[in-house]
Amino acid sequence: MNRRSGTGYTGIPPWIYAIAAAGAVFVLLPLVAMVAKVNWPQFIPLITSESSLTALGLSLRTSAASTAACIVLGVPLALVLARSPFPGQRLLRAFVLLPLVLPPVVGGIALLYTFGRQGLLGRSLELAGIQIAFSTTAVVLAQTFVALPFLVVSLEGALRTAGNKYEAVAATLGARPSTVLRRVTIPLVLPGLASGAVLSFARSLGEFGATLTFAGSLQGVTRTLPLEIYLQRETDADAAVALSLLLVAVAVAVVGLSYRRPRVGVAPEGVFR
Amino acid sequence: MTFQLDATLAARGFEVSLSLGPAETIAILGPNGAGKSTLLAIISGLLRPDSGKAVLGGRVLFDLAADKNIWRAPHTRGTALLAQEALLFPHLSALDNVAFGPRSAGASGAAARETAMHWLTEVDAGDLAARRPGQLSGGQAQRVAVARALAADPELLLLDEPMAALDVHAAPLLRRLLKRVLAGRRAIIITHDILDALMLADRVIVLEDGRISEAGPTRDVLEKPRSRFAAGLAGLNLVAGTVSDAGVTTAEGMVVAGHHDGTLGPGQDGVAVFPPSAVSVFLTEEHGSPRNSFPVRITDLEPHGDQIRVHAGGLSADITPAASADLGLAPGMTVYFVIKAAAVAIYPA
Repeated sequence: MNRRSGTGYTGIPPWIYAIAAAGAVFVLLPLVAMVAKVNWPQFIPLITSESSLTALGLSLRTSAASTAACIVLGVPLALVLARSPFPGQRLLRAFVLLPLVLPPVVGGIALLYTFGRQGLLGRSLELAGIQIAFSTTAVVLAQTFVALPFLVVSLEGALRTAGNKYEAVAATLGARPSTVLRRVTIPLVLPGLASGAVLSFARSLGEFGATLTFAGSLQGVTRTLPLEIYLQRETDADAAVALSLLLVAVAVAVVGLSYRRPRVGVAPEGVFR
Repeated sequence: MTFQLDATLAARGFEVSLSLGPAETIAILGPNGAGKSTLLAIISGLLRPDSGKAVLGGRVLFDLAADKNIWRAPHTRGTALLAQEALLFPHLSALDNVAFGPRSAGASGAAARETAMHWLTEVDAGDLAARRPGQLSGGQAQRVAVARALAADPELLLLDEPMAALDVHAAPLLRRLLKRVLAGRRAIIITHDILDALMLADRVIVLEDGRISEAGPTRDVLEKPRSRFAAGLAGLNLVAGTVSDAGVTTAEGMVVAGHHDGTLGPGQDGVAVFPPSAVSVFLTEEHGSPRNSFPVRITDLEPHGDQIRVHAGGLSADITPAASADLGLAPGMTVYFVIKAAAVAIYPA
């Protein structure tokens, strides 16, 4: 193989490259097929139709809200899971990660029986005049439910890698725990937190099953882009393909932007000897 | 206003009690796993012992008596910790790292930076203020870490092998710096290097298996070591046993003849101490009083200055390379270590 000079031994057997190439093709080929199917002359009108723009706007707003909710709930969860050992910790981790393996439809049903009109909390909320099911709030809840584990997993990993040496030193220098969290812990794991937030956003953007089950598909209220695509597929395949491409572009843009940024806050090499 | 500590931690077989005057620095020496870092972790509040009590300048750091159960959190103790790694916060500049302590104590940003600049200048690192930790060498980073610990104005400074990760050029520089800043300050320094103890500490404590095996002024411990570890640090051979008329008799029945000042009575625990340079090596048994002659099996040979150090039977001898070649020494050989009784000092263990 013709290697560039200055590169070292990789230890990867040649046949691995062949299988890796097949894997890459498997991921890329469907995207290419979709792009080939796009009705280009009609592309702009298709993605700027009123229903499309409404769905896109709703998707972006609810995904942003879900990401914020994931950060608010996920950072404390990750800290508790990574730092303080307590009885039942493994069980808590298993439950927090459950939405990763649960079919989203099942998540939606569970949410419905919690926040729905006849649900566990829904009845009390109903008395207080709050209705969550089939509202935009329900979309955010559904997306948060499925996206939370992504943030917790990536942040917990970052916290474990960073260790607590810096935090111990900060404490002996006189910093109270809240100060240590704000000035040491969070800045140290910022790259992990950022990538967790990006993953959560991307997962929220693509959420379909839980949203449909728990929030329904009301235009402008709960019909996010994936729901709009599914609906359009029945009547207007060209619109569905165009919107799919739009969703891919948004996802690629979000992930690309966040991974291109310099990884601030990463400890210099050799610190964790 | 002394520092007083008693602590036990059964899980690590740790049981130590020590006290420290207001401007005193002690060095903690001991083999790996002796509990040196455990000691600092307990003092700084990062590790909770089973029982014990610590008082620093009139404040109770912890008191775990059954009816008290007082435990101060690390950030309220005033015991800054300086570790082997500098552990500068990588996202803050050197200046902001040093300002971290004053900031945490409630100083305004400007005041904290002013304090930080003072301490950076004090450790000759004023020109590094704007640098990120990633742009500092190991020695520079450790100097900034010293400034950071001092800026927190600790009542007790804890140093955990601060020189261990530095290269041979950076270590002497930091040692001189520490000598300057530790003067008039209360500090505990863990070290593997006898030079640190000599230069920086007023007293040394030798910790072995979680217990203090020896303590005293640095000079006394080096001149008259009572533990095998301290003898090793001082570069001396040490044989422990029971005092008899002839000298010291070990548990295995080996008798080491030597001289003592006469205050020792037979049956007392005592040690016989002699330098490796006083040991001669022979291939056959040498007789002639007053001499000690022990058959030993060579375990290792290593260069030691311009001599060859022969390790055998837990003792060591320094001989010239020429003598070593003449004798044809090699590991596994049995030889005789011969020591003049006049070169052996005997004193109580």
